[in-house]
Amino acid sequence: MSGYFKDIVTGLKSLVVGMQITNKEFFTKPITLQYPHQSVKMYPRYRGHIELVKDPETGRNRCICCGMCEKGCPSGCITVKSEKKPGVKGKVLTAYILNFTTCSLCGQCVENCKPEAINFSNEYNLASTRREDYIFDLLQKLHPEGVPEPEVDPELLKKEQEKEEAAKKAAAEKKAAAAKKEAAPKAPAKEGGESKAEEKS
Amino acid sequence: MSSLAQSQLRETFELNIGPQHPATHGVLRIKVVMDGEYIDRAEPILGYIHRMHEKMGENRTWNQFWPNMGRLDYLSAIAYNHCYAGLMERALGIVVPERAEYIRVITAELNRIQSHLLGFGAYIMDLGGFTPLMYAMDEREQILDLLESVTGSRLTYCYFRFGGVYNDIDDDFITGTRAFLKRFRPQIDLYHKLVTGNVILMDRLIGIGPLSPEICRKYGATGPVLRGSGINFDIRKNEPYSVYPELDFDIPVYHECDSMARYMVRMDEMGQSCRIIEQALNKLPEGPVMAEKVPKALKPPKGDYYYAVEAARGMFSMRTVSDGTNNSYRMRLRSPTYSNVSLFEEASRGMLLSDALAFLGSLDPVIPEMDR
Ligand code: SF4
Ligand code: SF4
Repeated sequence: MSGYFKDIVTGLKSLVVGMQITNKEFFTKPITLQYPHQSVKMYPRYRGHIELVKDPETGRNRCICCGMCEKGCPSGCITVKSEKKPGVKGKVLTAYILNFTTCSLCGQCVENCKPEAINFSNEYNLASTRREDYIFDLLQKLHPEGVPEPEVDPELLKKEQEKEEAAKKAAAEKKAAAAKKEAAPKAPAKEGGESKAEEKS
Repeated sequence: MSSLAQSQLRETFELNIGPQHPATHGVLRIKVVMDGEYIDRAEPILGYIHRMHEKMGENRTWNQFWPNMGRLDYLSAIAYNHCYAGLMERALGIVVPERAEYIRVITAELNRIQSHLLGFGAYIMDLGGFTPLMYAMDEREQILDLLESVTGSRLTYCYFRFGGVYNDIDDDFITGTRAFLKRFRPQIDLYHKLVTGNVILMDRLIGIGPLSPEICRKYGATGPVLRGSGINFDIRKNEPYSVYPELDFDIPVYHECDSMARYMVRMDEMGQSCRIIEQALNKLPEGPVMAEKVPKALKPPKGDYYYAVEAARGMFSMRTVSDGTNNSYRMRLRSPTYSNVSLFEEASRGMLLSDALAFLGSLDPVIPEMDR
């Protein structure tokens, strides 16, 4: 019987102590933020999806299209598309596709990039109901008003054109020489060659 | 009636707890055979969130395996980062700068506190008390903010690297952490007043789910489950790693072997983690946070490597066999919850269903880590 009363006393005591805390908290300032109107502070190191960095000097991206980010990515969510343009040193980035649906924000791509051409963005408001909305072309994102043409180096262009012409010339010469060479022994061998091809097909 | 006839009359029925149930913390399914309100047999059924992490470790290169470390135990991801970093540093013979080691310990202990806070809040919610979760979440949010400011993520951290950490901590983080510790210490007392002293909680936890040291040893239980059964085993003391030997802290051990003991171990560990963080902040040396000579293409020499750390739920260890190429030949992950929950089957026999849930909560399982 005494145990019964003891239980009631300790129970009441624990209730009073607990309610004291609750009552105190009742009058403290709430810490909840009303989300769409207020939002929490974002930290500069926050890892959003990756983005291309704009070089402040040239106003373009710094990517040299080495493909290291693509190779190092554990989820294979990066596709770097590049092409050679006349008069431009190295390759030119034409598209940088990030499939954000599989990105794990690990940072391997950022670490692998030697020229520091990519970084994490601070973007977090990305809600959407469509999967396609998470496949970004980061190049388009970097230049929403249109991707600027790469700077053409006239000297390099001249050199390249010369080289190309020389190569063309060399190729033409080679072709002519080959034709000459073939012309002589070709006539007798022609028949056999053709029939062989026919057999194959 | 003969005893045989009686036993035939005894009716049992099957009951599924989970895989979707508010009291199971995730996709854990327990198939229980009930005899009235008492458990006859309980069988945890795993595999609902199996993602083949071990296999992924064998297919991916060493560096590409990093993001997986944040997705095993999503509540103490930094300890898992620590284990992988330690494992590979041992394999490659990398010496980590001291500052990086201190940063690792600080972040890992912050991570442990937030894990225990959520464990505490969610446990009480399992038992039917909602508000403590809100108190715990308030403090936990502070820690997540602090960790976000250095690691960039809030839950699935991928912060450590072989030879150091991804980026250095700044003064804001240090002052923020000190302010947090100052604010958090009185909070622990408040939790004790609000929750631990509560007579309903005591009735539901004291003497419930007894786990003898033998059964803990038999199933390889570690962490607070083991320490709540009176066995003083903590990797931080027993197989010291990182800079833990230079820091002064105690390992809370309770001998009552019941759910309350396990709950108390977690509560006390939060206080000890505060002590560790404070000392580490005081001792934090200057210097680089990344070892200088980390090879770009990682090819650890042929061999068998092992490393263990104390995660929030117990011992996490990794063993890898390297054949000298750029990915692992075999990657083995030993996760604490798997062992901790294995003993549920034996220990829950004859328990009341409501007690069994209180007992299961006291094991603090995290399912993705169990299934891997
Ligand atoms: S690693 Fe950097 S430079 Fe190379 S392709 Fe990727 S973004 Fe471009
Ligand atoms: S952060 Fe990781 S997963 Fe995401 S694109 Fe970069 S390498 Fe791939």
